[in-house]
Amino acid sequence: MIDEEKITELKKKAIEIRREIVTMVHRANSGHVGGSLGATDILVALYYHLMNHRPEQPDWADRDRFVLSKGHCTPVIYAVLADCGFFPKEDLKTFRRPGSHLQGHPHQPKTPGIEANTGTLGLGISTGLGMALGAKLRKQSHYYYIMCGDGEIQEGQAWEAAMFANKYKLDNVIGFVDRNYLQTDGNSEDIMPLDPLAPKWESFGWKVFTIDGHDYQQIIETVEDAKQETKPVMIIANTTKGKGVSFMENEVSWHGTPPNKEAYENALKELTDGI
Amino acid sequence: MEFKQTRQGYVDGLKELAKDHDNLVVLDADVAKATKTYEFEAEYPNRFFNCGVQEQNMLSVAAGLALEGYIPFASTFGVFATCRAGDQMRNSIAYPKLNVKIGATHCGISTGGDGASHQANEDIAIARVFPNMTVLVPGDYEEAKQATIAAAKYDGPVYLRFGRDSYPVVEEVHSDFTIGKAKLLREGIDITIITTGIMVGEGLQAADTLSQEGYSVRVLHLPTVKPLDTEAVIAAAQETKGIVTAEEHSIIGGLGEAVAGVVGEHHPCPIIRVGVQDVFGESGQANELLDLYGLRAKNIVEAARKIL
Repeated sequence: MIDEEKITELKKKAIEIRREIVTMVHRANSGHVGGSLGATDILVALYYHLMNHRPEQPDWADRDRFVLSKGHCTPVIYAVLADCGFFPKEDLKTFRRPGSHLQGHPHQPKTPGIEANTGTLGLGISTGLGMALGAKLRKQSHYYYIMCGDGEIQEGQAWEAAMFANKYKLDNVIGFVDRNYLQTDGNSEDIMPLDPLAPKWESFGWKVFTIDGHDYQQIIETVEDAKQETKPVMIIANTTKGKGVSFMENEVSWHGTPPNKEAYENALKELTDGI
Repeated sequence: MEFKQTRQGYVDGLKELAKDHDNLVVLDADVAKATKTYEFEAEYPNRFFNCGVQEQNMLSVAAGLALEGYIPFASTFGVFATCRAGDQMRNSIAYPKLNVKIGATHCGISTGGDGASHQANEDIAIARVFPNMTVLVPGDYEEAKQATIAAAKYDGPVYLRFGRDSYPVVEEVHSDFTIGKAKLLREGIDITIITTGIMVGEGLQAADTLSQEGYSVRVLHLPTVKPLDTEAVIAAAQETKGIVTAEEHSIIGGLGEAVAGVVGEHHPCPIIRVGVQDVFGESGQANELLDLYGLRAKNIVEAARKIL
């Protein structure tokens, strides 16, 4: 059991991160706010509790790696990395601006803490697996956390990767499907159905857990369980796109639309109330 | 004349490199017998990963291995590497400038019997258009081996182009291989023949024919198409009356257009591109197809005569 105090602390951190997300996207007038808000709790649990990392030494060999395969959700990873100290928070103001290291989609050579270039969907899963294979060859014991979107795994490459992880028994991989049922054009089950999703991954040789992706107790306990597995693990995390901002929740229109001034101010009001 | 496979040069280069590069690994996508990487697998089974029929996954996995400090050589046919997995080459490898080598075999019309679906006549164009990519197109077995070794010693993404068939051994190209450096095979002042890949032998033959007619023919071989040796190309434009380029590739986007671009900007001169004329190929034996699609010394000679 994780103590309540820790969970309260993580929840507070998540509000700070969500405020930063809406601020970045509003300021840039560009970016993906809905998916970033939905994935926030998982990233907070990882970076502020589960992962071993050293912001002052981003290339530390034994660090756990996180690959944001749903690369459009840069606002959440940038907000988290800046808050952890990988780069100055001031940099967040340059998001999506010319000259910035904070590109619309992750660019590993430029941004400390970003582990892989992702953004065209499906690529990050495979890249994460290649990294995990590399660590296996050296018998290193750190973990690879790979987060993919549910829409993303409509890509064929995701299932190529699923086979590959099974073949090479990559039990150092802990994946998340950010299962919010929404993609750019609508509900995933209308656009290209994915359910039943858990049996798909199971049949590809992965151990699957299904959790509430906003419940810190579940996220943390499941990752601890996942580490005991001898197969690659996929955690299907049921999430709410736009989580934390009532008018953005479950609204597909907030996938890639930046909030205007009014929406931004209203969002901040809601996110202030929670602290 | 001795004939040897360029793909054999690739795997012989890999085997030689493996001895003192512990971090070199080889991937393949279910064509290991064809790319010859099965020979590497036999010697280094723990450093070989067969990804199955998954070219896209393979290239992104290779990117991941490079991020962890390995030198991955991802091997498949040219059509699959560039067309099937073009996104992965672009976004997983070229954009972050990762140290991934793509060993592409069965390139060009001489792939033969499998027909147009498998004859990569567009791969140089695709690989070369991505920023950060280096494109190596060796001319024979020995140069293929040299190119493989040079690629491993260079830090960054490299596309290596090999054929399927056995090709003439061309002693003249066996001098030191430096990425980005042209090899001046014949000095001359009337016209320059610029070759890449297996067209080097045809280029030299064409030069012999023209020399017998009294012309002074320069032959410049470019086993690196990108970065182009612009200095050597501009010198050819300045010092001879015109240029014939020869490549076993579409005349669109390959060596010919790379040369034409540089020459057009610096010292315009007549240029004729010998290559596949913007058509799909067909099944046939390599030699028949090289004849049929105009990739012979006589085609180079005809082009040169138009300029001379």
